[in-house]
Amino acid sequence: MKIRLIDIAHARSGDKGDSANIGIIAYNDKWYEILKKYLTAEIVKKYFEGICLGKVERYEMPNIRALNFVLHNALGGGGTVSLKHDAQGKTLASALLRMELEIED
Amino acid sequence: MKDKIRIASGQGFWGDLLEAPYYQVTKGPIDYLVMDYLAEVTMSILQKQKKKDSNLGYARDVPELMKRILPICVEKNIKIITNGGGVNPLSCAKEVKKVAESLGLKNLKIGVVLGDDILDRIVELINSGIDLKNMETGESIITIKDRILSANVYFGSQPIVEALEQGAQIVITGRTTDTGITLAPMVYEFQWSYDNYDLMAAGTVAGHILECGAQSTGGNFLGDWESIENMAEIGFPIAEAYPDGIVFITKHENTGGLVSVDTVAEQLVYEIGDPTNYITPECIADFTSIKLEQVGKDRVKVYDVKGKAPTDFYKVSVSYFDGYSAVGTLTYTWPKALTKAKAADKILRERLELLGLKFDEIRTEFLGYNACFGPLAKEIEEDFINEVVFRIAVRGKDYNAVERFGREIAPLVLTGPPSVTGFAGGRPRASEVVAYWPSLIPKELVQPEILIVEV
Repeated sequence: MKIRLIDIAHARSGDKGDSANIGIIAYNDKWYEILKKYLTAEIVKKYFEGICLGKVERYEMPNIRALNFVLHNALGGGGTVSLKHDAQGKTLASALLRMELEIED
Repeated sequence: MKDKIRIASGQGFWGDLLEAPYYQVTKGPIDYLVMDYLAEVTMSILQKQKKKDSNLGYARDVPELMKRILPICVEKNIKIITNGGGVNPLSCAKEVKKVAESLGLKNLKIGVVLGDDILDRIVELINSGIDLKNMETGESIITIKDRILSANVYFGSQPIVEALEQGAQIVITGRTTDTGITLAPMVYEFQWSYDNYDLMAAGTVAGHILECGAQSTGGNFLGDWESIENMAEIGFPIAEAYPDGIVFITKHENTGGLVSVDTVAEQLVYEIGDPTNYITPECIADFTSIKLEQVGKDRVKVYDVKGKAPTDFYKVSVSYFDGYSAVGTLTYTWPKALTKAKAADKILRERLELLGLKFDEIRTEFLGYNACFGPLAKEIEEDFINEVVFRIAVRGKDYNAVERFGREIAPLVLTGPPSVTGFAGGRPRASEVVAYWPSLIPKELVQPEILIVEV
């Protein structure tokens, strides 16, 4: 079955230099396990193709049911240099929550 | 020793809600008001202001705010800690002193933390073999040596604690970690030892939750944001801290917003890298150890935080001049709004080409369509698009090219696609690009200085 991330999690994103980070927090333990299993660094890297030009790192935070993704080279040079309207990656969390994941029933 | 202290966040950045610190000191009991004014870009703006006038270079909101809240803080014995001193904390303190005197306040000590500004020492440091290489790219600072605008070390809580020990009611610092201004009162009041890394981590985590103001009390919350009440009078966070390191995040009762495990968790993940290694001057905090528990309405317990020994380095933030940029916008409406905006983009780029103008980067975005989501934006049937803002930005070393770009936007109104408007703001200006160079410096090479200004 297909799920949309916004239905199972909330998230926040921000910047550190030219890297953006997206912390995604599952609403319950079951959804956290789903995120952990399916939302891999590779999938996130592929999803943000054309936005994130560097690597994607994933960190687990089971204490708050969260995954933290660091997207390298994703902000057009970083906060003060970037020509992007969203130079600090503030809306990338919403972009991620729009993702649909195919999961086993 | 106090059995608990209440530390209130008053500002999350320079430009934050002006009423917030006033609410914090009037709507309920607090012991400390902490205000973070500095971001990467702020330091270079302040450095430019100081260059023009040696009395400037601090957040001018600070003395302005003091006129309003200082008498209240004195009466209620609320101490104030802020990094709004920017690149000129002493001038900021002198202005605050003037304000205090004009209000007839007496026997007030303003602690000033100096020593973070190493701009004058950069060449000497480089020559002595401190390479200050870029933490992200590994490049040597030599490449930007002649274009440096500001260089500041991120001090932690220690100099603030010293100022408090010397009796300061107000502490004004330059570049200090956002978390240090919240940790400092805990170290001071509870006499925490700097080698108790779990306590350092507990205070650091509280600082991280407070450092962006209302972002932990329902602001910018991507969960069920529509259910959050009275955003107009949103309460900023308060950390109620105990000597054993347990902290309750809350807010004043008669304010809007929400303090829940979800709103606090969202702030915990904000702007972090590896959560097991959150590095500050006092410790390396492990964000995967943090436990959150809802223990009442708008009350979240934060506990079990673990930390380990800090590194031997301070972070240094260097800013440098990196050319010029300009941004232009025009609005196109139905019919075929997006097609028109795309045509305008093509025409403009052809004209820049014909003029032989060279840029390091040209970027086009269509606000209302794909400005934020870029390649992830979903296709919309064009007839449903009411209007689109065509936004084009350029960046380059040649001032004249960037300036000329600014003169090529308005002509599109009469020489490009129809149903266009939105050019009331004048020509886009070529503004200086200030780039940021994160680096590290051995702690033993920089010493904070504390100065007390007496009123």
